[in-house]
Amino acid sequence: MTSRSIWNKFVLHLLLVAGVILSVFPFYWLAVMSTSTTSDLYKFPPKIWFGTHLIDNIQRLMQNIDFFQALTNTLFVAVVTSVLVLFFDSLAGFAFAKYEFPGKKWLFLALLATMMVPGQLSLVPSFVIMANFGWVGSYKALIVPGMANAFGIFWIRQYAQGAIADELLSAGRIDGCSFFRLYWNVALPILRPALAFLGAFTFIHVWNDYLWPLVILNDKSKYTLQVALSQLNGIYNTDYSMVMAGTFLVVLPLIVLFLFVSRQFISDIAAGAVKD
Amino acid sequence: MQPSAAAPDSRTAAGRPHAGKWREIWKHRAVYAAISPFYLLFAVFGVFPILFSLYLSFQKWDGIGEMKFNGLNNFHYMLTERLFWKSVGNTFLIWIYSTIPMLIFALVIAFLLNSAFVRFRGAYRIAYFLPNVTSIVAVAIIFSTLFANKYGLLNFVLTSFGLSPVQWLNNAFGIHLAIASMVIWRWTGYNAIIYLAGLQSIPTHLYEAARIDGASTAQIFFRITIPLLRPVILFTVITSTIGGMQLFTEPQVLVGNDGGVGNNGMTIVLYLYREAFVRNYFGYASAVGWGMFVIIVLFSAVNWMLTKEKENVSTGR
Repeated sequence: MTSRSIWNKFVLHLLLVAGVILSVFPFYWLAVMSTSTTSDLYKFPPKIWFGTHLIDNIQRLMQNIDFFQALTNTLFVAVVTSVLVLFFDSLAGFAFAKYEFPGKKWLFLALLATMMVPGQLSLVPSFVIMANFGWVGSYKALIVPGMANAFGIFWIRQYAQGAIADELLSAGRIDGCSFFRLYWNVALPILRPALAFLGAFTFIHVWNDYLWPLVILNDKSKYTLQVALSQLNGIYNTDYSMVMAGTFLVVLPLIVLFLFVSRQFISDIAAGAVKD
Repeated sequence: MQPSAAAPDSRTAAGRPHAGKWREIWKHRAVYAAISPFYLLFAVFGVFPILFSLYLSFQKWDGIGEMKFNGLNNFHYMLTERLFWKSVGNTFLIWIYSTIPMLIFALVIAFLLNSAFVRFRGAYRIAYFLPNVTSIVAVAIIFSTLFANKYGLLNFVLTSFGLSPVQWLNNAFGIHLAIASMVIWRWTGYNAIIYLAGLQSIPTHLYEAARIDGASTAQIFFRITIPLLRPVILFTVITSTIGGMQLFTEPQVLVGNDGGVGNNGMTIVLYLYREAFVRNYFGYASAVGWGMFVIIVLFSAVNWMLTKEKENVSTGR
């Protein structure tokens, strides 16, 4: 090995590690701030190592906002939406992958076309519709419009086309299975890896959603974590270490979830973008 | 291919093609039921709102009182309103400051990660992707402490190098930079992962052949990697254009509903949000939504053509 190629390798790794540091540093900084006191944060030079005030900060956070209420609200909306998305998207994705029926081509094209429509265009009228339904301030407004989506149907269809053998479906049909029985007993178990990704993706998406919940939720006790967090930031920006502790607690669960599913999740994201 | 044996049915209905078609549809009623939830939801929460927003954009309405037909006044007001154009300008500047560095960084990271001798590639991918799963509200709060005028970390770094601190959130460039850096931080890893997947689909014998011919790393990068990666680059340019035109949470959490000092953080969607839900100009906000839509379509088309154009040039050589 020449000294030149060793030097190249060294520079390459240096760049990669520098990138990782930039990528992870804000999390570290968040952890430092949420374990410090607010007056520590105003010190020059700033503290760059963890403090011992995390518990105090969290306690103050709990006194100021009902964190557990917001957590429960968010979990409720995210879990219900994810379960509904998994059900409706897999049902439709399976139908598109494995059945021929009149109008299929056009229906599928229309489905793909809907992905191009920017959501903000219909922000105002969607709110008006919700007001007419009497759904403003209700989780129905957050859950129902998002419980089936084109991306998920497309995703499941792509996976089902390759993964589910036609022989298996014919065998089921000879045994007298209806469409729904074939879906439930044959397709769903095979689709499990695709469902895992779609479930995690939807959960993360709903957990992080901000604009629509901000528009729809008007009652503090119904706030999701993101809305509660932004309100906390706006009102209490003098008590920064408390706001940071809140931010830390909102970010942490998703990081843990992501680390559990990361390997497959990243491959699936990449596959979805590069295929076609 | 299709498990639903259609042949016997079409034979019996051969004399009456229409009846055959209906029978075919009726036979597949369970399948239609399975795909119908999406179309029902899209009709109610997708198509109808879009038509309704077109109607609303010609009305004067505060959301509670009477609607009043307003002709083209909303659009006329929008096109002559300084703040609307300011929000368009801000959105474009932030898009430029964020997208160009972001895609370059992503390409470099992907290229480095794709080198044969890099170990722990999986761990790198996870570390780079991590910012993308973080909520934007959290990102905006964290970055507000980095860019804070008085006690921000960046100003600490500047002063410790003997430079004078910058009032980041008091001037246009600082606000744009702060917002752009959030976008860069959150999306570079995501785009790098996409590029990496694209790179791994390039056959290695192309690189080997180039090396044997004595090509340098830079030549390989610009002559092989970039041209073959073009479809993936097009994908990332289009998605970051659409994402960039829809920026809302970053400026709203960082500098508030009015876009901060001199409205310099006012983006198009933040402007739409403020006109609709802070000031209750529902009709006008709908017109702004259509303005935004036209801008996104035009801008995406221009981007698409530019990226396509290059493709023709490079393959024509």
